Amino acid sequence: MGADAFLYGSGVGPGFPIATLGALCLGGFSAWWALQDGDRAVLDSTHAVPLDPRDPQQKLLDNVVEEMAIAAGLPKPKVYVIPDSDPNAFATGKGPEKSSIAVTAGLLRTLNREELQAVVSHEMSHVRNYDIRVMTVVAALVGSVLLLSDWGRRGLWWGGGRRRDDSEGGGGGGGLFALLFFVVWVISLVFAPLIAQLVAMAVSREREYLADASGAELTRNPLALASALEKISAATAPTESIKQGVAHLCIEDPRGRAVNQREGGLAELFSTHPPISKRIAILREMAYQKLQTS
Amino acid sequence: MAAIGGCFFFLIALAFVAVLWAIWRYNNLIALKNQVVNAWKQIDVQLKRRHDLIPNLIASVKGEMQFEQDTLEKVIAARNSAVAARGVADAAEKENALTQTLSRLFALAENYPNLKANESVKALMEELSSTENKIGFARQFYNDIATRFNTAQQIFPDSMIAKTFNFQPVELFEIRDAAEREVPQVDLSLRPKA
Repeated sequence: MGADAFLYGSGVGPGFPIATLGALCLGGFSAWWALQDGDRAVLDSTHAVPLDPRDPQQKLLDNVVEEMAIAAGLPKPKVYVIPDSDPNAFATGKGPEKSSIAVTAGLLRTLNREELQAVVSHEMSHVRNYDIRVMTVVAALVGSVLLLSDWGRRGLWWGGGRRRDDSEGGGGGGGLFALLFFVVWVISLVFAPLIAQLVAMAVSREREYLADASGAELTRNPLALASALEKISAATAPTESIKQGVAHLCIEDPRGRAVNQREGGLAELFSTHPPISKRIAILREMAYQKLQTS
Repeated sequence: MAAIGGCFFFLIALAFVAVLWAIWRYNNLIALKNQVVNAWKQIDVQLKRRHDLIPNLIASVKGEMQFEQDTLEKVIAARNSAVAARGVADAAEKENALTQTLSRLFALAENYPNLKANESVKALMEELSSTENKIGFARQFYNDIATRFNTAQQIFPDSMIAKTFNFQPVELFEIRDAAEREVPQVDLSLRPKA
């Protein structure tokens, strides 16, 4: 019983992907776990407090959230305020029936009513499009790929020799094929985690564009979201109280990295959010098309 | 014999699948229809809320705005006739009239710095303008869901089910008066302009 037997199973025959299944099960379990209790943990980690309806500004936020819930035809999410002066907002929760929207105090201060409405509509769209579920599952799958590649590397270390013995006897062509297979295997082991991360980032960026578009569908006012994004991006300081784990659900990357501002190339590949200038340009285009058709 | 039996069995299975499909699509239409009814009721909920808020607002601005007695009375009259309205078309017309008088009141209130500084008036104004928004969004959602219902009835093959069970397309909420299509540019936000 080497690591090989552990990885591929001795009883079930050659090539049965026990490790893959195991990693997927673990990934699935962690996704389920994150969905069950994730919203509470996320809200606690940002020190979000339920809003106070006696404060006029927070009452206004409450009204705006209710307006957007009506426009989306969804139950009203719970609303939280994060004591942080950097403008940002995120949504969390299991699904449309049980969701929460949290905005920073800085956002309430910076934006006017229309822009606040636009930001809330973006977050409401994350809720409506099941993005919280999508991104939790993606994160768990990336996690299981990392796990798998880690196991694979250990297997390579300890059981590689014996495996070569097993596949001997297929003739010269078979040996060449085995060597080729081995090389591909090593390369994929090394690059799988990287590619998994890149795919997750790409999914996240697409969901951002989608939330922008369906947010504009709710308010019928893409320009308000464009100007809100402009104001939010003007404040480049990182949102201290929002941890990296929820970055993909925020209106803008809370890390305040310069990466998100740059267009094209490598920088774009590694960010959870598309460049703000690109998002604004698309929203402006929407407004222009609306003007043309009406 | 076996071939006929197999054929027979195949036809039974086909009919079974067809019935299942019909039930599925029928239930889909029913679900949409109920959502349409619910969306319509949501508009009523918001209209009712507006009716309830107006007397409070009038009472709290009366002292400051005594030179606008005419406008205030118009708002009250429009509100009372909207409450008394019977039938959908009648209600729509009177609610529109109420919206007009209200936006005039809001515009006038801009000229009274004392009102704008008064916390309770400010809170009422925010409540009322938010209710105006909610009415607008409730109508928008009604139109969205009604369009989905109408489309579901018209696309093939679902249209066969819709015809068989006599589903009727519902009317969309429309602004009839051309002048009303103009979006009123009244800024009701309580915060300083950016």
